[in-house]
This record gives sequence, C-alpha cells and structure tokens, in this order.
Amino acid sequence: MSALVRLVNVSKRYADAVALQPTNLSVECSKTTVLIGPSGCGKSTLLRLIIRLIEPDSGSIEFNGEVIKPDNIDVLRHRIGYVIQEGGLFPHLTARANVVLMARHIGKSQEEMQSRLLEMCALTRFSENLLSRYPLELSGGQRQRVSLMRALMLAPELLLLDESLGALDPLVRASLQKDLKEIFAHLGQTVLFVTHDLAEAIYFGDEIVLMNEGRIVQKGSVTDLRERPADAFVSEFIHAQRGIPIL
Amino acid sequence: MKRIWKTGKQERLFRSLFFSCVPAFLITSSSAFGQPVVIGSKKFTESYVLGEIAQRTLQEASGEVEFRPGMGGTIIVWQALKTGEIQVYPEYTGTISEEILKEPGMHSLDSIRERLRAFGVGMTNPLGFNNTWALVMRRSKAERLGIRSLSDLKKHADLKLGLTHEFLDRQDGWPRLRERYALPQQDVRGIDHALGYAALATGEIDVKDAYSTDAKIAENDLFVLADDLNFFSRYDAVFLYRLSLDDRRTGLLKTLEGTINETLMTRLNAVAERTKDYAKAAAQYFESHGKSNMIYSESFSHKLTRWTLRHLELAGFSLLLSVAFGVPLGIVASRGGPIGQGILGFASIVQTIPSLALLALLVPLPFFGISVRTAIAALFLYGLLPIVRNTASGLQDIPRSLRESAIALGLSPIVRLWAIYLPMASRSILSGIKTSAVINVGTATLAALIGAGGLGEPILSGLNLNDHITILEGAIPAALLALLVQWFFDLLDRVLIPKGLRL
Repeated sequence: MSALVRLVNVSKRYADAVALQPTNLSVECSKTTVLIGPSGCGKSTLLRLIIRLIEPDSGSIEFNGEVIKPDNIDVLRHRIGYVIQEGGLFPHLTARANVVLMARHIGKSQEEMQSRLLEMCALTRFSENLLSRYPLELSGGQRQRVSLMRALMLAPELLLLDESLGALDPLVRASLQKDLKEIFAHLGQTVLFVTHDLAEAIYFGDEIVLMNEGRIVQKGSVTDLRERPADAFVSEFIHAQRGIPIL
Repeated sequence: MKRIWKTGKQERLFRSLFFSCVPAFLITSSSAFGQPVVIGSKKFTESYVLGEIAQRTLQEASGEVEFRPGMGGTIIVWQALKTGEIQVYPEYTGTISEEILKEPGMHSLDSIRERLRAFGVGMTNPLGFNNTWALVMRRSKAERLGIRSLSDLKKHADLKLGLTHEFLDRQDGWPRLRERYALPQQDVRGIDHALGYAALATGEIDVKDAYSTDAKIAENDLFVLADDLNFFSRYDAVFLYRLSLDDRRTGLLKTLEGTINETLMTRLNAVAERTKDYAKAAAQYFESHGKSNMIYSESFSHKLTRWTLRHLELAGFSLLLSVAFGVPLGIVASRGGPIGQGILGFASIVQTIPSLALLALLVPLPFFGISVRTAIAALFLYGLLPIVRNTASGLQDIPRSLRESAIALGLSPIVRLWAIYLPMASRSILSGIKTSAVINVGTATLAALIGAGGLGEPILSGLNLNDHITILEGAIPAALLALLVQWFFDLLDRVLIPKGLRL
C-alpha cells in the first residue's frame, strides 16, 4: 500500500486555541479515509491544511512524495478536488460554467471539455438538460452533484469532501451516498472524507480516523474502534450515536 | 464728476474710438488675430451686464469671444485673470486697491495701474459711475426708528444685519465699518445678496449691504443710510484685462470708458432684473449710444441644449474618472488593513467637505483654476466614496466558503478577482456607481459658480435675479436628468448583473 498524502508532525493553532496538535497521518491510494469526530476536533482544519487554505505552523505535508509549498500549491490544486457542505458553486455561473471553469482556465479544448462533461454527467447521474441552469435553480442534491462534477473534472488524484452531504435531507442524502460510493469504486478514487456522522463514516470508510481536541485518537476499521477502543472517548463516541447498523 | 462726464460723452466716445480703434486695426498683430478671448464676470447683476457689454463690444474684433458669467467673488475672478484663464472682467477701483493690492490708501489711477502691471494686468479708465457700498433698510422701518445715517445705527443695538459673505470678509467691508462707527449689533449673519432682499422684505433682517447702483434699491423702496463719516472709498467701475490682449481688443474695451453714468447703470440693472435677460440690458446700453439694437439672445431650446450637454459632459467625465479610480481603490480597500482603512477614510473625508468649499480649495491649485477641469475634478472626488465603499463591501460580503472554493480550485488571484469576485459583487458596485452618478448630476449644478456652465447657470442667474422661473429652467431639467440617469442605471443592472444573481 502506498500513501498519496502524508502528514508529518503537522500542527496549527489559532491565537490561543490549538486547532491541530502535531499530527502524523497517511492517506492510502484508492481508498476512502474518513475523518470523524465532534465539532471543533480539527478534522476540517486537517483538510484545509492539505489544500492549503491555511498554512501549518509546523511539520510538512507531502502529496505523492512531493512536499507541498506555496510555490507548487497552485499546480497541486489542479490535482486535488474539493467539495464543501454548501457545494461552493458560484451563483453567477451556470452549472456547465461552474464545472468547466478550471478546465477552460488551463486551456483545454472545447471538444475535450464537452466529452469529459458528458462523462461526468453520466457518472454523477446529472441530467444534461440541467447544465444551463444557475445554482439557485437547482435542488440541494443537484447542486452537490454539480459540485462533485466540478471537483472531478480534471480527474484529480485526490478528492477532499468536507461534510459534503451534511446539509441534505435524509432521502437525497441516502441516494447520493449510494451513488458516491459507486463512483469512488468505479474510479478507484483516493478520497479523504470529513463527516460527523458515524453511519456515513462506516458506510464509506475503508479506514476511519477518529479525532478529538485536535489530535487523532484512533485509526482503523469500525470493528477496531468498537472492539478495541483506544480510550474511553472512543467507546463513548461509538455508543453515543444510536441506531448504527451492526456490521 | 458724473455731470461733467455727461457733456463730453459723445466727443470722448468718438475720440477714443478713433484714436484707439483705427490705428489698432491697422497694426493688429497676426499672432493674436483670431485667438478666442474669454471674458469673466462676478456673480451679481451689474457684473453680468458689464460682461455682456464687453462681450458685444469685443465681438466687433474678429475671433471668438467667450463669456463666463457669474464666476463667484473677487478672489476667484482675479485669480482667473492673473493665471490667464480669462482675459477681461469688470472690476471696481476700490476693490482693486483694498482687496487685490491690499493698499487701502491707494486712489490714483496711475499708481493702481503701475501696481497691476506687475501681474501682467492692465486697467481701462473709469466707465463713468461710482458703485460704492452702502447699507440699506426698509424706508418705513428707517423712518419709524428715525435712522438716517450709519451713525444712527449705534442707538439700535437689536437690529438684525444680513450681510453678503463678501462684505463680511472684505478688508474694506464689515470689520472696519463696525470699528469706524462703533456699531453694537450682535445679530450679524451672512446671506446671499439676492436672498438678502427677500429677507429684508419679510423683516427677517433689518439692514443689509448693497451697491449704490443696485436696481433693487428703488424697486423695493429701500433707504440708503448716509455714510456720514466717509468710510466707503470710491468704487469706480473699470475693466481689467491681460496686457497680452491684442491692441485692437484693448482699443475696443477703451471705447467703453466714460460711457456709463450712475443713472444709466441703475437703469441697465433694472432692465436686467425686470426682463431676466442680461443680454437685453446690454442691448439697452448700445441703444442709448445709438448703436445697433440687435439683441444677441439665444433661443430657449438652444440654451437648454447647451446647458444640458455641458451638464452631461461634467457629470459623465467625472463619473468615468470616479469609476476608473473608485473600483480599483475599492478592491484594495476590501482587503482591510491600514491601507484599506486609509482609502475609505480619505473618501469619507472628501465627502464631508461642502461642495462649494471643495471647489474653492481646488481653484488656487496650479493645474486647475477657473475651468471645466476644476469642476470635473471636484465632481470626481465627490463620486469616489459611494463607488469605493460599495466595491469594498460587495467584495467583503462574498461568503468565505465561495472565496475558498475559488482558491481551492487553483484559480490564479487575477482570474479569481475578474471571473468570480467582481461579478459576484457587481450588484453592489453598480449601485455605488448609480448613487455616484445621481449625486454628480445634482452637484454639477454648482460648476456654474466657477464658470464651468451646465444647468447651474440658469439656477445661479435666477437666484441672483430672485426669479423663480429662471431657477426652474435649470432645476427642472437637472431633476429630470437625475431621474433619467437613475432609470438608465436600472436598465444597465439588467445587462451587467449576471443572470444567476438576479434569480
């Protein structure tokens, strides 16, 4: 197994609050790694450090063996897809324009963009007829599909999802979860997925990383977490979320 | 003095015509030939009328004559003459020695002329009347209180004085008058000359300053208080001109020397105020001197077109500048920090300066002076704040999640700004531009104060004549123009704001 992303002693603090203690983590190729934990545990911070929306105070982050620095981040961002909870679609652009924004910016040909766009529509089960609509004319689930298309447009090596399904109603969420899982399997996609929902973590996670107060508490499969909890917090967290399917 | 003048009128006119015009005509220098000459005037009836007379007189020479009426007070017009923005304007000897040369004792024409030469300025001989300052009251009130002279004012400390700003501030005006007569009045306020007459009629004020040839004195049955201590100096009307003005034109100006006595001037002022037409008053002068009676008067539609076009030019150019500088400044300001705070602070301070004061501040600066440039610069500064503020707040209001999405996609800063942030802030930016445009159309009326023209021109002269119709000739088109601008920008919103933001 090879690691696509490797964090070595990465830490971050805001003013007087520690957001992330010195942390080591590897994200394996072609697997879905889920970061889970209560609000403020540092899971989103970790994601934002990788895409460099924030600068780490210490440590280094490697992407495919290359240390991420301010001077290579722009190129590396083209190889990383990022989807946030609200989708992050630009309201003044149509669904199509949102999806091809980056491809157009780096000068892809019209034919290339169009064929990739249709491929993405099929993959995410998004009707081509809706491509000319603006984000405000789409439902929440449709918006997340467009956002996913935008993230996958340039065939990124890594996909970062930050609570991407968090704002959807349960039925839409369930159907999107199912589609996502198929897409990841189909593409052999490396995914780093942030959620606070344990059921979702279990559904997606080849590997679950449980975080609390800025550090990783335990890393492993759901069975590991349930049967061999590293400390009291792990079992408390597992049992706090009722109605979890027993796998 | 004026009686003596009357007998020699024709003869002198003829003589000056013959001796100055004819030779001048023969030796007109080719360099100045055909160059436009610009005449200025101050902002009161008599100055307008004298300006019109000079304009018509100089039209007899070839080349264009431009008249910029109602440019404001002495300082502004003198400054314009000194810097060559204008070449001719009517002035009074008393004002020249007291205000311009600041040598109150200087009375001889030769010594005044000698001093003016240093500024490259020449002076004609007196035109024939002495328009000195005077204080006036309503006749009924003066009689009731038994006031006949300025000394009598001492006994009535509770009288309310409404004086023009110029008289209040002048060396030879209120401060020294109060001292000389030991006047006790406390209630002394500054008021526009034309509005002062209305205030006098309603009893809001009891005493105001006036010019002795002012037509309103007879019209309103006012009483001129005797200057029993001989405080006011002589104010003989003359024309000041640039010494570089060509001989032919200088000669033409000199034909006006000694041709207007106090009776004639008062009559011309009365005609101007009655007909609301300065050109008509000037025509009366030429009629009284047996010259052509043709009135150079524009049709209303022609005037309105001229005012409106100039108004649009002023507001349009200044708006373009405001946008060109305001949007980039707003972008910088949106990033906050000391520079951003500084930019917003500067724009806010500019906005708090009264528009009139801003114009007055710009006039003495080298590049500006009395010109359209100055008006555009002032309007530009006024238009900055709404655009800077709305650009900055429009950009700051973009949700953090969307900013981060743009960054995470890997778009370069320029593309982020151009393709994402600015379109998203477009509604706010456009509404700032609209505010600024409407403000500019309104404020551009003040440009007339420094002779830049526009719809403020009829407003100013109407204010001066206390004539509501003339005021409305400027005010109504200005208001309609503001509405039109508002409507135009509402239309522009639909074109420029991306459809996705209008859902």
